[in-house]
Amino acid sequence: MEKAIKRYFPIFVLPTMLAFTIGFIAPFLLGVYLSFCKFTTVTDAKFIGLANYVKIFAENDFTHSLIFTVLFTIVTVLLINVLAFAVAMLLTKGFKGTNVFRTVFFMPNLIGGIILGYVWQLLLNGILAMFDRTLTYSATYGFWGLVILTLWQQVGYMMVIYIAGIQNIPGELIEAAKIDGATSPQILKNVIIPMVMPSITICTFLTLTNGFKLFDQNLALTNGAPSKASEMLALNIYNTFYGRTGYEGVGQAKAVIFFIIVTIIAMVQNRLTTSKEVQQ
Amino acid sequence: MDKKKCKHGTLLTVIFTIISVLYVYPIILVVLNSFKKKAYISKAPFALPTGKTFVGIENYIRGIEKTGLIAAFGWTLFITVLSVAVIILCCSMTAWYIVRVKNVATKIIYTACLIAMVVPFQMEMYTLSKIANMLHMDNPWGIIIIYLGFGAGLAVFMFTGFVKSIPLEIEEAAMIDGCTPIQTFFQVVMPIMKPTCITVAILQAMWIWNDYLLPSLVLDTKKYKTLSIAIQYLKGGYGSVDMGAMMGVLVISIIPIIIFYLACQKYIIEGVVAGAVKG
Repeated sequence: MEKAIKRYFPIFVLPTMLAFTIGFIAPFLLGVYLSFCKFTTVTDAKFIGLANYVKIFAENDFTHSLIFTVLFTIVTVLLINVLAFAVAMLLTKGFKGTNVFRTVFFMPNLIGGIILGYVWQLLLNGILAMFDRTLTYSATYGFWGLVILTLWQQVGYMMVIYIAGIQNIPGELIEAAKIDGATSPQILKNVIIPMVMPSITICTFLTLTNGFKLFDQNLALTNGAPSKASEMLALNIYNTFYGRTGYEGVGQAKAVIFFIIVTIIAMVQNRLTTSKEVQQ
Repeated sequence: MDKKKCKHGTLLTVIFTIISVLYVYPIILVVLNSFKKKAYISKAPFALPTGKTFVGIENYIRGIEKTGLIAAFGWTLFITVLSVAVIILCCSMTAWYIVRVKNVATKIIYTACLIAMVVPFQMEMYTLSKIANMLHMDNPWGIIIIYLGFGAGLAVFMFTGFVKSIPLEIEEAAMIDGCTPIQTFFQVVMPIMKPTCITVAILQAMWIWNDYLLPSLVLDTKKYKTLSIAIQYLKGGYGSVDMGAMMGVLVISIIPIIIFYLACQKYIIEGVVAGAVKG
């Protein structure tokens, strides 16, 4: 059978691979190469070695946005997962209206980041106006504004995944623990959490990468104001590319570093949490 | 759902009802403000649109005119529907092939798809927009190919996960009965893959419909705008933001999505869960 299928490579694989080459492989490889070049368009690239990478750290905006992004990601990963898990636990208790609540909490995920940014700008600036402040008064306001927005958007998504995980736990397992005299906290720690570990793996992965890659919300809510203080990595790279001429190479070098950071985090996280998963 | 009665059930229902109302409040707030005169929106966002602050649907009309929202809506729909259709078709075929034919090439393709899922868009955005420009793909037709290329990583990965669970015997029987691989795929494999197709379609549609950066860099935005671009244009195009038009545009962008969501929420939530389990 394999031989019969093999001849159909041009029909089954070629279209996807052509698009994949144009949309992913070529820009990726060209991007890596251009990070070692000075250029204003792709055709006038001149190889300059590591100069772009050195230039990144000559100014502290990149380091600042890196720290801002790391803090933001730590805070959102913890808060989103704890809240989503807690809500999932409650919503699987089977009281009236759980389906409606699940529907409501998931809803913000359907709305795009740009729209969410402006929706929350209105609300948060309205509240802050009572204290004579705006979101762009200082980076702290922008930071917590982004955290609130992200929580509102992503808690529902992760909650849905946790609910599925909790519902997959066989009822006998919890019954058995109860008969053996386990208390609720013990059941949670020794039965439920180990059993939903696959959900925890995927949810931490998603929230981690979402946190690092956040762009639309950042652009719409604060656009980095005041003076780049609330600029996250993705926006910083974007502004380096399109905000200043002659810095395209530096922007590309920043993007390569960004890529390496995201890859390392994804790999480490995957190792750490999958090792804690139990076989059913 | 648990059948037995839960302790404090009523209390939990009350608490969650309050939280749910607070949860949708940001959207209600935007709807309310969309009926107010623009000067009153930033000044007193929490006041209701009454008397002299009420302007009817004026904000909506101005918002639509300023941004070309109707066209943007059409292009977003066009790009999303066609991209998702192309992704489903091409990636399911590729996934089936690389599971059934085992050699170095298919292994490389699979690994490349895994890598593509992690790479942040910023890594590609500059070079991708230049390449798209050079190949004259800066229009809604070209961007479909780019979405296929960019979405292939996740889609192929999810389809391969499913194909691996299909028993080989079914396909072998079809081939022995004289089906070509193409017939086998469309008449035997594709129907079994329907649930995965729905999952992939939902995840990709949520991403493509709301995507801002990729279309804003790739498309010739003077000619073609998507919804996200149109909204951002309202902010960037003028010195001070016309909050009235902004509110109107936001409401028009949100309402169809919510209606769509309420109609298909079962599939959407199931799709997200299924995607997470395999992802």
